[in-house]
Amino acid sequence: MSNATLVSTVVNGDAVQFACPSDESLMTALRDRVGLTGVKEGCGTGDCGACSVTLDGQLVCSCLVLGVEAEGRNVETVEGLAQDGQLHPLQEQFIEHAALQCGICTPGFLVAAKALLERNPNPNETEIRYALAGNLCRCTGYDKIVRAVQAAAKDMRKAKRR
Amino acid sequence: MRYEKPATAKEAAGLLAKEKGAAFLLGGGTDLLVKLKMGMVEPDLVVDVKHIAKANEIQTTAKGFSIGAAVPSARLTEHKALQKAWPGVVEAANLIGSDQIQGRCTLAGNLCNASPAADSVPAMIAAGAKAVIVGAKKRRTVPVEKVATGPGQTCLGSDELIESITLPKPGPRTGDAYLRFIPRTEMDIAVVGVAVCVTLERGRVKTARVALGAVAPTAILVPAAARALVGTSLDDEALEKLARACSAACNPIDDKRGTVEYRTRLAGVLAKRAAKIAFARAGGKS
Amino acid sequence: MTHDKSYVEKDYKVVGSRVKRPDGIDKVTGKARYGADASAPGGLVGRVLRSPHPHAQILKINTAKAEKLAGVKAVITSADLPDLTNGDQGMAHILENCMARGRALYDGHAVAAVAAVDEQTAAKALKLIDVKYKKLPHVTDVDEAMQPEAPVLHDNMFTRGVEPAPTKPSNISARTQMGYGDVDAGFAEADVIVERSYKTEQTHQGYIEPHACLASVNPDGTAELWVTTQGHFTFRNVCSTLLGLDIAKLKVTSSEIGGGFGGKTHVWAEPVALALSRKANRPVKLVMSRDEVFRASGPTSSTSIDIKMGAKKDGTITAAVAEMRYQGGAFPGTWAMLGCMTAFACYSIKNNRSVGWDVVVNRPKVAAYRAPSAPMAAFAVESTIDVIAKEIGKSPIDVRLKNVAREGTQAPYGPTYGPIGIENTLEAVKAHPHMRAKLKKNQGRGVACGFWFNIGGQTCVDLNIGIDGTVNLNVGTVDVGGARSSMAMIAAEELGISYDDVKATIGDTASLGHNDTTEGSRGTFSSGMATIFAARDAIGVLKQRAATMWGIPLEDVEWQDGQAIAMGDMHSNLPALTLKEIAAKSGRTGGPIAGHNEVVADGAGMGFASHICDVEVDPETGRSQIVRYTVVQDAGKAIHPDYVEGQFQGAAAQGIGWALNEEYIYGDDGRLQNPGFLDYRIPVCSDMPFIDTKILEVPNPNHPYGIRGVGETSIVPPLGAVGNAIADATGVRMTHAPMSPPRVLSALDARDAG
Repeated sequence: MSNATLVSTVVNGDAVQFACPSDESLMTALRDRVGLTGVKEGCGTGDCGACSVTLDGQLVCSCLVLGVEAEGRNVETVEGLAQDGQLHPLQEQFIEHAALQCGICTPGFLVAAKALLERNPNPNETEIRYALAGNLCRCTGYDKIVRAVQAAAKDMRKAKRR
Repeated sequence: MRYEKPATAKEAAGLLAKEKGAAFLLGGGTDLLVKLKMGMVEPDLVVDVKHIAKANEIQTTAKGFSIGAAVPSARLTEHKALQKAWPGVVEAANLIGSDQIQGRCTLAGNLCNASPAADSVPAMIAAGAKAVIVGAKKRRTVPVEKVATGPGQTCLGSDELIESITLPKPGPRTGDAYLRFIPRTEMDIAVVGVAVCVTLERGRVKTARVALGAVAPTAILVPAAARALVGTSLDDEALEKLARACSAACNPIDDKRGTVEYRTRLAGVLAKRAAKIAFARAGGKS
Repeated sequence: MTHDKSYVEKDYKVVGSRVKRPDGIDKVTGKARYGADASAPGGLVGRVLRSPHPHAQILKINTAKAEKLAGVKAVITSADLPDLTNGDQGMAHILENCMARGRALYDGHAVAAVAAVDEQTAAKALKLIDVKYKKLPHVTDVDEAMQPEAPVLHDNMFTRGVEPAPTKPSNISARTQMGYGDVDAGFAEADVIVERSYKTEQTHQGYIEPHACLASVNPDGTAELWVTTQGHFTFRNVCSTLLGLDIAKLKVTSSEIGGGFGGKTHVWAEPVALALSRKANRPVKLVMSRDEVFRASGPTSSTSIDIKMGAKKDGTITAAVAEMRYQGGAFPGTWAMLGCMTAFACYSIKNNRSVGWDVVVNRPKVAAYRAPSAPMAAFAVESTIDVIAKEIGKSPIDVRLKNVAREGTQAPYGPTYGPIGIENTLEAVKAHPHMRAKLKKNQGRGVACGFWFNIGGQTCVDLNIGIDGTVNLNVGTVDVGGARSSMAMIAAEELGISYDDVKATIGDTASLGHNDTTEGSRGTFSSGMATIFAARDAIGVLKQRAATMWGIPLEDVEWQDGQAIAMGDMHSNLPALTLKEIAAKSGRTGGPIAGHNEVVADGAGMGFASHICDVEVDPETGRSQIVRYTVVQDAGKAIHPDYVEGQFQGAAAQGIGWALNEEYIYGDDGRLQNPGFLDYRIPVCSDMPFIDTKILEVPNPNHPYGIRGVGETSIVPPLGAVGNAIADATGVRMTHAPMSPPRVLSALDARDAG
């Protein structure tokens, strides 16, 4: 590895350091250097959303971010969704609603849906569909994914009221 | 490849000026990283503009708005005053790619990438936006329509970068709108894009600016289309004239995204629809 | 032990419920490991150099500079994959498709490959390989490729199925004909005759996971391959043949698979990765980029189809003729033949004839895509039926019902149908509330039907009972979309235990006998059958152990609801023994308790579906938006209804994408213009409405649970349904798919021009 840069960052709450060439994408760095293979590569060009992560809370395609840009930032991936062995309501509802078939797009959908619900806890169907338009799924026709997000949103609103 | 993150625009310009190899600016990276992945570029230097403090700000001034070069589209939507003043520009910026892209892509980047199909560029042109350009030695301000000179080509010198985009304060009874045509509902590159900005006086169009995207080597301002609207209250005849002027201004190519014929035809269709929205936003009743 | 395959009606306890899938948690937490998620100690990165030309002679490949680059551990060309195919033409084509041999036949054809210590070095090495090409004229269009002046791809290809046999080579690999009756007499009887010509563009399966594998070959000829595949046993056999390895010494493990739809039934990168590993003596990971997937995996055929159908005023179709041309990419396929077999399969038409032409062009070698070849034929036939209905003033559904195939109808390709569900789906459509939903301005409604054979095939399953009574089920068909769940449900149902007590796993090639590829909607049908039989074997053992524990004759033991019951007055004092109790004692009653089954699962039940589509067409732009969509399909028996619905919805969505926007666009230079998800436009979430589903269950008599395959059929109707809906909305008959905005707009213009 020529001209590697040492990057100090926080991933899913843990301080992480990795060294990567400066032209390497954050997606590749997360997968190959941090070992978080839940970040999926479907296209590498920002068209499929399978590599979605949040960077300081902002939803991004990690394939369109350089690894070196993560310096001092906060990265969250699908691996950080479940807390203390407790699945996130979105994870629960994706399983409950059979919102995944092959599952390759699922991590990206979960990260994107979480970002949506944090911004808008009560999205309507159209809002969900447009917010998730950057995540491609080829198995489901999106039907059960949208239903799972609706159900999770409901669960999360209920939990908040409690 | 070296990666630098200067703290000022001036410093960035200095880095660019010194570089003998291939240097690229990194804003949101939504175009640059694609080109890297596809092996279309092999940078020796990448200069990240996101650490320039000013580039991350949206400033509201007496004259209007100044949008830093590193401000992602997602933040434009959250800016209530900007949204209210220039809904067409904000909606155009919001059409660039997915929510994921929105979190990264910038107006300045969309402009500098110099794709004829860039969504935000016709809207910026119609709104009368300007680019504030910083070089190693001097600063200059250039109307947005003058920045791109051809597909992938800009008027920027090798030591220059855009620091911010300025939008004027809209006059009273002004409205803008941007529409694009894509085959799907999201995620496509515009086949045609049309932006219209009108200012009304006593219910009639006093001034207008009409800009087209994806129908020529760069986004273009179409004065003839604007003239078709001026003095009218957007009657059918004016709209037909607008459509004809837009179609006449088209000089597109045949490619995987659309044919010459289709693009030319749709420029007129979309212009009519965009004009109606802009007119209504300006308070017009037709 | 032989088991009875025939259907027996019964009440189910587990089957038909909506349990949680066993791999769900791994897949929502990012733990599931797909093709690109494995790594090996000392692993290298493999990359492939591809031809930029659609057709060229390869004069010379100089790899010296690449080999000298620091960090490069192997560079291979076709010289490193000697031809061991021994006259097997099909295998030779696979080999040549994996690595060009003296000629490049399509844009993207692999020419050389490298293995290096990292991605950057591998990329650099590719640029150092110098290939001298001599460009040749190319052809990418199916109709043009059939012309006498077209550049010929294979000078040893003479059209099969033509009398007298041609003396000149051409791009037509075969002519197929099937059907029965006297079509001329049938047309003479007709009150109306409709003739139309159709075109469909090439589409890709569009699985989100690119092809990926990790190969490791040892100097002693043992090897391992981790790969995303629909058929690890088939991959093992093919790779062993191409590499000259012993089948038993190559262990292939199927990773989690990120979508296949037929596209992961064939090898591309795997033999290359193995050859690289063999040369480098290190493990090699080879992952295709998205543009490599589009340029150089196996999309489906583009087609050109002529249909002629005649009908009486009462709706009876008296004759039907199809002439169908399918391109198979650079190597011959049997795609047109499949088109012929499926075209009229939904109907009982007294006089029918289908002629198919299989054609080669300078495009990637076609692979299966979900009900391969059927959607194009159905687009043509289902559109034509609507034209007939309009001409005779009858409802399109009634015309279909009037001619519908039933039990006893002879299929155009020969066999006579057993019980089938096409009529049921049409009746269900007719009764569906969707048919009465109000249409707004610029909206229209279309209905279309679809057929797919479904297949069975070689299958092998192992069922092992642990000492705590939980069950490990080892299955050899790949879990593409929830099959582990269905298999565990079936095992639980048979054994009479809880679903939670069964864990289904997909076994590698070293742990089970051969299993055919998971294709043709065979997974649940075949492995379901083998699982039932393996469970019945295990029940046999359990009964024996119970008899031993009780000290009574085996004949007096029965298995009911997960426990052994001692039958007869003499044993009325013996309390039932549960599976758990028998398992706990197994060490002392004869050792481990297991069931096993290997079977050629024949008798797959045909699948039929009818769809309803509502579309809104923008008259000024030609853009069509699906506003409402309903799928009705016969599943035989839905083991896990959620995943059956999921198959219906996913298949419909793929068909809708094909109908509206998906297409391969080749430039005049013969290069693919849109090898990415940006311009190869698969439906996004905001393009789709909810897709309503209705599962019908007409049991397949040849399966103990009545299962039919469900995965493919529903990609067949959408092209016709969308086309018919557009016709209803606009009065314009679209004959070219995808029915993209520019095509619809120009058809509207033609209508307005009169």
